Amino acid sequence: MRIMVAVKRVVDPNVKVRLLADGSGIDLTGLKMTMNPFDEIAVEEAVRLRELAIASEVLVVSIGPDKATETLRTALAMGADRGLLIKTDAPIEPLSVAKLLRAAAIEEKPDLILLGKQAIDDDCNQTGQMLAAQLGWAQGTFASNLAVEGDAVTVTREVDGGSQTVRLVLPAVITVDLRLNEPRYASLPNIMKAKKKPIAERQPADYGIVVEQRLEIVRLEEPAGRLAGIKVGSATELVERLRSEAGVLS
Amino acid sequence: MSVLVLAEHNGLVLDDATARAVTAAILVDPDVHVLVAGRDCGAVAARAAMLAGVAKVLIADDGDLADQLCEPLAGLIAGLGERYDAFVAPATTSGKSVMPRVAALLDVMQISDVIAVEAPDRFRRPIYAGNIIQTVRSRDSKKVLTIRTSAFSPAPSEHAKPIEPVNFQRGPHLSSFVAKVMARSDRPELTSARIVVSGGRGLGSAENFEAVLAPLADALGAALGASRAAVDAGFVSNDLQVGQTGKIVAPDLYIACGISGAIQHLAGMKDSKVIVAINKDPEAPIFQVADYGLVADLFEAVPEIRAAMPAG
Ligand SMILES: Cc1cc2nc3c(=O)[nH]c(=O)nc-3n(C[C@H](O)[C@H](O)[C@H](O)COP(=O)(O)OP(=O)(O)OC[C@H]3O[C@@H](n4cnc5c(N)ncnc54)[C@H](O)[C@@H]3O)c2cc1C
Ligand SMILES: Nc1ncnc2c1ncn2[C@@H]1O[C@H](COP(=O)(O)O)[C@@H](O)[C@H]1O
Repeated sequence: MRIMVAVKRVVDPNVKVRLLADGSGIDLTGLKMTMNPFDEIAVEEAVRLRELAIASEVLVVSIGPDKATETLRTALAMGADRGLLIKTDAPIEPLSVAKLLRAAAIEEKPDLILLGKQAIDDDCNQTGQMLAAQLGWAQGTFASNLAVEGDAVTVTREVDGGSQTVRLVLPAVITVDLRLNEPRYASLPNIMKAKKKPIAERQPADYGIVVEQRLEIVRLEEPAGRLAGIKVGSATELVERLRSEAGVLS
Repeated sequence: MSVLVLAEHNGLVLDDATARAVTAAILVDPDVHVLVAGRDCGAVAARAAMLAGVAKVLIADDGDLADQLCEPLAGLIAGLGERYDAFVAPATTSGKSVMPRVAALLDVMQISDVIAVEAPDRFRRPIYAGNIIQTVRSRDSKKVLTIRTSAFSPAPSEHAKPIEPVNFQRGPHLSSFVAKVMARSDRPELTSARIVVSGGRGLGSAENFEAVLAPLADALGAALGASRAAVDAGFVSNDLQVGQTGKIVAPDLYIACGISGAIQHLAGMKDSKVIVAINKDPEAPIFQVADYGLVADLFEAVPEIRAAMPAG
């Protein structure tokens, strides 16, 4: 079977972002960028299925500016076979991302599409579900385990209160959660090899898709930060202050 | 027109998250209907009908809806698309799974994790793990929203409103339910508890979580929470994870023990009223958001706190 994985280039999760001085956007100058951590997990899972010979090919797709090629190269260095960059410099919302991924899927005919459960920049948690709806496929969100069995895939999902297992008819869309696997680091030889792997480039217009903005950003703000409080000297003082000062203990 | 709220329930009990979503929905449009989808969930519908501000409850009763699988559920909701201007669900794992599917079927952009409704088409939501708050105006004619439950108080109860059956058309069987493993706990539910006691990697083991942290939580009538490191290390089950990618909590009191305070953890708890941090490292970032910090070994401090609490 063929697997397609969607990978997004995002600000490194350890970086605390700030607004531009005029508040018009987020100051991305000089910030370290990486592959969305959930997408690394999705790539890892696809590569493992390929190593187990369950998958025959892993295609990674990214939508974004030229720089997103770096993210595709990282995925190729982890073991994916081919890349596809759908190039756009415009900011892009999950609904449009899903439409572009759908168009790519119609062309590439994967049996399984893996995505991260959430991009850590927009924190939307939507794209996979939207893509599944647009394709009319089954969806398995927040996967912590998956097993391909014939024409179906069994997915264990992290849900409120515990976990749920569902069986999806293939082709299907799965979004992955943190505990699905531990992504590998690409080895130097694999990084070198990845430079020779093919990355195709397309424009949204090639698919007849116009990227549109359904949400207008009215305002961006940094939330009022919490002020550090006080250090207490002992457990007894802590309990006393929680009772008399903070009033949260009776 | 009206707004439709998707009820969160387990077939028997209506989740408190629904009452919170109703509070948000009223701000979008005062004519609020609640959809209860499932199998034999009349009791849930009866409960939903008592939420203040709800004009009507729709009940869809079908075996295909019994397990709350997203594909039939999204089909049902999108099928009601003509009748509503807005669709609202709590940002629970089920709301997060089904609503984007609904949004795509209606060809609208969902607004995730709404923390404030400024106008029927204008919403505030956190991005970048809560480090930036975005205000967006939706240009779509229909709105699809998920609501961060910690940001809205639950609608109170009042006299019951009418319950109406709604027609459900079965679609292709794309997925099926296999199993469910629910963590059992007698403690309060994490997202609605008044006090949360959370543990991190500093706890060291599942045994320590039980032996050291759980007694404090129980003495306080608190819910237990955890950092991702504690969950990944297998100290507790995944549903206790607090943070950007776990549960979002805003209790009156949050006690973080052996948690360093990574951005992703803070994203899930920094709206708590009072934050206490217990950490042996005085430089731990958690102290930057804590109202009360105690630099100490948690294995000594936590039992001391329990001992210092008033008896009973
Ligand atoms: C995409 C992504 C999503 C993430 N989502 C989440 C999320 O939702 N929630 C989350 O929590 N994390 C999340 N993380 C992980 C996060 O970045 C941190 O790695 C994690 O929160 C660290 O957990 P911790 O504080 O328990 O562990 P550590 O950072 O290792 O901190 C342990 C702390 O315990 C203290 N300590 C040790 N022993 C003792 C003792 N005896 N007494 C007192 N103090 C002691 C240490 O001083 C230290 O400060 C995410 C990361 C990524 C990349
Ligand atoms: N621009 C993009 N390019 C490729 N994949 C994306 C892009 N945006 C989102 N995705 C995928 O969709 C997932 C969820 O993103 P979101 O819905 O924005 O939280 C990500 O983890 C990616 O797998």
